[in-house]
Amino acid sequence: MDYPVLSYVIFLPLIGVVLLLFLDREKEKLLKGITLVVTLVEFFLSLPLAFNFQAEMAGMQFTEYVDWIPTLGIAYRVGLDGISLWLVLLTTFLSVIAVLACWEDITLHVKEFLICLLLLETGMVGVFVALDVFLFYVFWEVMLVPMYFLIGVWGNPARRIYAAIKFVLFTLVGSLLMLVAILYIYFYHHSVTGQYTFDLLSWYTLSLPHSAQLWLFMAFGLAFAIKVPMFPFHTWLPDAHTEAPTVGSVILAAVLLKMGTYGFLRFNLPLFPETSVDFVPVISILAIIGIIYGALVAMVQADVKRLVAFSSVSHLGFVMLGLFTFNLQGIQGGIIQMINHGLSTGALFLIVGMIYERRHTRMIAEFGGLSRVMPIYATFFMIVTLSSIGLPGLNGFIGEFLILLGTFRTNVVYAVFAATGVILAAVYMLWMFQRVMFGEVTNPKNEGLSDLTKREVAVLLPIVVFIIWIGIYPKPFLKPMEATVSGLIQRVEQRVEIRNTSAPGALRIKNWKALDLPREQGGQG
Amino acid sequence: MNMLAIPDIDWGSIGPELSLIGTAVAVLFLDLFIRQKSKESLGYFTVLGMVIALAFMLLEIIGVSRPFGGMIVIDGFTCFFTVLVLGVAILVTLMSIHALRDEEMDAGGYHVLVLLATVGMLLMVKGMDLIIIFLGLETLSVAVYVLAGYRKWTNQSAEAAFKYFLLGAFAAAFLLYGIALVYGATGTTNLEGIARYIEATGLGTNSLLLVGVGLLLVGLGFKISLVPFHSWTPDVYEGAPTAITAFMAVGVKAAAFAALVRVFGGGLLALDFQWKDVLWVLAVLTMTFGNVVALSQTNIKRMLAYSSIAHAGYILVGVIAGGELGWSAVLYYLLAYACMNLGAFGVVLFYGQKAEANVEIPDYAGVGFKYPFLGAAMAVFLFSLAGIPPLAGFVGKFYVFSAAIKSGYIWLTIIGVMNSLISVFYYFRVTVIMYMKEPVKDVALEYAGPIMAVLIIALVGTIQIGLFPTFYLERAVDSIKWLLT
Repeated sequence: MDYPVLSYVIFLPLIGVVLLLFLDREKEKLLKGITLVVTLVEFFLSLPLAFNFQAEMAGMQFTEYVDWIPTLGIAYRVGLDGISLWLVLLTTFLSVIAVLACWEDITLHVKEFLICLLLLETGMVGVFVALDVFLFYVFWEVMLVPMYFLIGVWGNPARRIYAAIKFVLFTLVGSLLMLVAILYIYFYHHSVTGQYTFDLLSWYTLSLPHSAQLWLFMAFGLAFAIKVPMFPFHTWLPDAHTEAPTVGSVILAAVLLKMGTYGFLRFNLPLFPETSVDFVPVISILAIIGIIYGALVAMVQADVKRLVAFSSVSHLGFVMLGLFTFNLQGIQGGIIQMINHGLSTGALFLIVGMIYERRHTRMIAEFGGLSRVMPIYATFFMIVTLSSIGLPGLNGFIGEFLILLGTFRTNVVYAVFAATGVILAAVYMLWMFQRVMFGEVTNPKNEGLSDLTKREVAVLLPIVVFIIWIGIYPKPFLKPMEATVSGLIQRVEQRVEIRNTSAPGALRIKNWKALDLPREQGGQG
Repeated sequence: MNMLAIPDIDWGSIGPELSLIGTAVAVLFLDLFIRQKSKESLGYFTVLGMVIALAFMLLEIIGVSRPFGGMIVIDGFTCFFTVLVLGVAILVTLMSIHALRDEEMDAGGYHVLVLLATVGMLLMVKGMDLIIIFLGLETLSVAVYVLAGYRKWTNQSAEAAFKYFLLGAFAAAFLLYGIALVYGATGTTNLEGIARYIEATGLGTNSLLLVGVGLLLVGLGFKISLVPFHSWTPDVYEGAPTAITAFMAVGVKAAAFAALVRVFGGGLLALDFQWKDVLWVLAVLTMTFGNVVALSQTNIKRMLAYSSIAHAGYILVGVIAGGELGWSAVLYYLLAYACMNLGAFGVVLFYGQKAEANVEIPDYAGVGFKYPFLGAAMAVFLFSLAGIPPLAGFVGKFYVFSAAIKSGYIWLTIIGVMNSLISVFYYFRVTVIMYMKEPVKDVALEYAGPIMAVLIIALVGTIQIGLFPTFYLERAVDSIKWLLT
């Protein structure tokens, strides 16, 4: 690429913000139109990233470097690899959807809403492409503010403020401790190399001492685990998701949660490989608790939105389980499952939002028999539900299958327990779907409901296209991440080997590698 | 015949002070001849005097000099703080102009007192001798005692002035006593002399000296409002006119920190193994107490008072960390703090309206959407105070904490960041009120030029020195280098 495509993608929304600032707040249609154009242009700007991506390269691509605060070794370093590629595209894709989805939903303080949305997009893209740890931290925190306003101002009046503050405080607990850890590594890097830098790629070359790794892993891990969220740090999520406006929930579920899992991949695994391997049992067990607990709690929810929120806890448990298998299938499955969850849970929140706009309630008991009244709605809802429970042929299956395959190779017991999560997902989703969509129309208020408008179809259709595409032919999505993921696994393996040959017996890591299946056979699912 | 050796008087080195004093005298005279209606012009005249003082300062940075027999010193450190203090004084004066008019306060006396207080600060900043530092502190204090009681028809203001005066007099006595004991132990009040003496004799455990140092810390700690010497702060900040509160929270604090760094980082550096642990405890107490108590405040001035206590704690972390990184972090933090805090107080002053009618936090309900600029500005200041990137407050905290980690104070840093988390709650609570509650009061704002200028300068500063801190960080490091030689 002969132009700084990543910078364009990061900063274009900010230009949109400046435009919006100078426009009359009364002209709501114009404001929304401009935001839509900005996000569309943004999406098309980000497409070349996928087309020009060198799939066989394990390292960073599209890298850019500009000095920022040279006295402290801070620079504007961005780049993209197989891990972040799809996350960036998911972000730009869902931002377009988000603007379309808020078209009629948001009527209050439209200008500020759109500004928050665009700021959020800059923050999200920035997090995924930052290669300077300081820059990463800045984007990571910057994103908090617009999300806080989205929940707090446009959320559900009853508990929005509680949810917004809880979201901010939970996120900050983790990230502030992560800041301490970042500073520690920064000075450790200086003491080893004599160079002050926040360059993540040169941090990768560090071999941190075992005792420090433990604390650093926990500090970074806490920040990311809260964001994911992993059991037992998940309690902010149901509140934030349920109280946020539809668009807020979509972005929260689809992109913000991925920052946690992305953080583990980008920081914890490569920076602290030995400790990451040590932590496999802890993370895996917490992930499995999350999978089963999330599913069980989802089952008993009376509110559809809360049900979807808890299903996220369950799905993200799968992702975490996959990432900590340290084999190609597991990690690839984890990454593709991040995208899948973004698509299907995003779509579920949109679908719930659409019925909420019509009925101003989300209680399962209020509905029933909607499929007769709203057939198009029912079709979309069905496809997305099936995608969420992992029906073969749709995207959810690919992710869960790869994750379970990867887990099976390292630990059969984990795989067995995790697989029950798939069954439970079918129980809570299908049961909910049945109660809402099938049967007689028992509530007279549901009789006159109008089916989806063209705009609403336009919102859901692109998502469904990807749901089916990934489900049937996932290769173009899996291929670009292969080299990067293999590189990551290699690095971890090397470092563990080094420790096993040099460290005293107690510190050796045994039996962590996959069962001896030849790696090629695991294949692409 | 032996003549008493009178050192040469280097007028240029006290140019800023002289021009401020000149302005003060001129304002006093002009006040007699200007009609009540056009008293605003006195404010602009004062600002002009301060700008001239600033020009004097910028003209004479050429290197280190120690005029007046080494009583004062002109170096990068002096320059940095002089610019900072004068900048604060200019903004405070601008901010006061419309409040003085609205409240029909005596503008002439007010501006004169601000000018004299600024002279005191400048002396504190360039004092290389404990006597000069004391002199500066007293000049500053007496003027500020009066200013705190400038809304004398309200009980709070009268209480503020009286309380500040009584406690301040005590603190000054402590400081003076400390100076006396240090003199008794070392035979000099000159900071360089003290440093040389301690080095030469290894007086590290001399109890006379240590008690003296402790008393110095009390005296300076009072002005910085370190816990447990803070008890005056909330009442005085609440009672004083808002612009003066800002002046105390930013200007006085900066000058006192300058003196603290000069005394402890310069003269008493060889004793750091003695005072660092004490400051460690004070920093933890100050941060934690300030933040925890701020949580329960309902008056915004009081909340900002407690928040300023907490910020003093963060800055103290930089003093403890020490060295080039630590002290330059102190300087940078004070600069960042000046921008964001002056901005926040500017909004409080502006929105407070006549007779400070709207200074309770619930009064801010709905401001965000009703007055988009004011709301957004306040939100930026509060986010910066809370340490949200990429604003000035974040870089300040980042810099201070990295200095602390570099010097091995990991627990202090963890306590610091956890405090920062507590502070997020009360800063964000104001934005909750501003943006997420319906308005309860009908406040009609009339936009006034000077205060808008202050808000815009503070806003640009908060964003600019947060996003592009390199220039300021380098100035801070340069200033410290001169201090260390």
